[in-house]
Amino acid sequence: MSEALLRIEGVSKKYGPNTVLKDVSFEIGKGEVVGLLGDNGAGKSTLVKIMSGVVDSTVGDFFWDGQKIEKMNRNVTEKLGVETIFQDSALVPQMTITRNIFMGREVTNRFGFMKMKEMDAVAAEVLDSVVTIEGIKSPKQLVSSLSGGQAQAVAIARAVHFKRSLLILDEPTSALAVRATEALLGYLTQLKGEGVSSVLVTHNLHHAFQVCDRHIVMNHGKKILDARREDTSVEELTAAVVEGAVGLARFREGSF
Amino acid sequence: MTLTAPAVTHERIKPAGLIQTLLRRPEVGAAVAALAIFMFFSVSTQAFLTPAGVATWLYSASLFGIMAVAVALLMIGGEFDLSAGAMVGTTGLIVGIVTTEWGVNIWLALVIALAIALAIGAANAFVVMKTGLPSFIVTLATFFILQGVNLAVTKIITGTVSIQGMGAVPGFDAVTVFFGSSFSLFGMDVKISIVWWLAITALATWILLRTRSGNWIFAVGGQITSSRQVGVPVMKVKMGLFMTTAGAGWLVGMLQLFDVSTVQATTGIGQEFIYIICAVVGGCLLTGGYGSAIGAALGALIYGMTLQGIVFAQWDNNWLKAFLGGMLLLAVLVNLYVRRQAGVRS
Repeated sequence: MSEALLRIEGVSKKYGPNTVLKDVSFEIGKGEVVGLLGDNGAGKSTLVKIMSGVVDSTVGDFFWDGQKIEKMNRNVTEKLGVETIFQDSALVPQMTITRNIFMGREVTNRFGFMKMKEMDAVAAEVLDSVVTIEGIKSPKQLVSSLSGGQAQAVAIARAVHFKRSLLILDEPTSALAVRATEALLGYLTQLKGEGVSSVLVTHNLHHAFQVCDRHIVMNHGKKILDARREDTSVEELTAAVVEGAVGLARFREGSF
Repeated sequence: MTLTAPAVTHERIKPAGLIQTLLRRPEVGAAVAALAIFMFFSVSTQAFLTPAGVATWLYSASLFGIMAVAVALLMIGGEFDLSAGAMVGTTGLIVGIVTTEWGVNIWLALVIALAIALAIGAANAFVVMKTGLPSFIVTLATFFILQGVNLAVTKIITGTVSIQGMGAVPGFDAVTVFFGSSFSLFGMDVKISIVWWLAITALATWILLRTRSGNWIFAVGGQITSSRQVGVPVMKVKMGLFMTTAGAGWLVGMLQLFDVSTVQATTGIGQEFIYIICAVVGGCLLTGGYGSAIGAALGALIYGMTLQGIVFAQWDNNWLKAFLGGMLLLAVLVNLYVRRQAGVRS
């Protein structure tokens, strides 16, 4: 059996006296799309921040491809290829598509000057080939001139181009129109074919159910459900998200 | 690899013509305004276009311009520095005091003043980044601290509020070559600060548009979360920007000190807002992520021309402040309009 891409074990997080995550463990398989579900305050955002290395967990172990990771900080996750795309802040709107795609990974000559022509050419290629995003005329366009769906697509294209291995999408569909949402969910399915794992954090169970191989439901900082798609249903997920462990138990007794 | 996406509607894409491309440049408004003010004073006063006149307003513009360019970089990076004006006084006073009172070597004095300036800039950045407090408040505090220290310490050490006798310090003339000299060009007596100003504007423009660091400055000012996510060293960038502003304060402090060979404890106070106004007139957004070094230099040029133009026109120079306020308001309105046209969200 091949090792999971990321396995987290016994992760807890305290902010002062508040415990926001309690003993959470789960795996993300290679090429797997995992839905991370839960109501506001369930601990989803904290988990996302821990997985992307932006905040430390209070306790917990992390294994990447079977290897123990001593400390999940931003440098480590960057090297491992974890990329988080936040709903409104995936890109810098005042900058061009090219500058966004290469943000933090600029192609420079030995004096630190950017090779703009080369970067523009690669960006154009990325836009054409990584994800076919219609309606973008030039990589020199400002991101602010793109629609929400196009901007998300550019962010995903960037992650794929730089061969990221785990994409974490934090509420990516909440600001998108229906067709853009369909497009985005379509990308996730295709990413799977390329061996890229992704975590889809969302409120919208229907979006999650459409594309995710597995669903993890969080409630008050605890994992209360972790089920493959074929072993669960939208109804069960709804019960778990809305009413927590109690609702889940009642659903299983058939009285929800 | 190829992923094909279902068709998405693209109602927001507009074709970008030449005019729109031009309007997208942040400095276009300042360039038009600078030309208008230049023509106005050229026609309405005798002295404005004479070699001596040009040299005068260029000199004024240069001192404000060096700071405005540094402040513009910082604003593009999403921060303010209200202590930039007081820093000019602090650095001048340090050099003045340690050389005239304590006999420290003048070159060493320059280095000491620069080191202290950079340390204060780094401290500003550190407090802002570690606490998440707005830089407006943090540097307002620094501004008051420097203002108070400048006066109090100068009084304690020298008994007065200004430094005299700089000219007699050994090595003064050698240092003056770099900071206080001038040369003749087209019949004008061009001060060295103008050369510094042009060089710094060119360097800043180059950094912003062509280097990795420039990309990072726009990125941290535009969207700090996403830049951090893709691995932009946010802390380093902001630290560098605050230290650059402080370093520019040191440079202007030296340019003033070695031009007039004296420094007042109140030097630079009240000018921090003028730097910000120059940067905003030059197209910088108060929200960060957008702006230009050339724009800020043009903003300073507008200020310099108006400052001296009002003198040449023999108007009451109280009009300068009123003009400055009006110019600022006009600039933000024009920028707002231009950005909406060009599709840049603030």
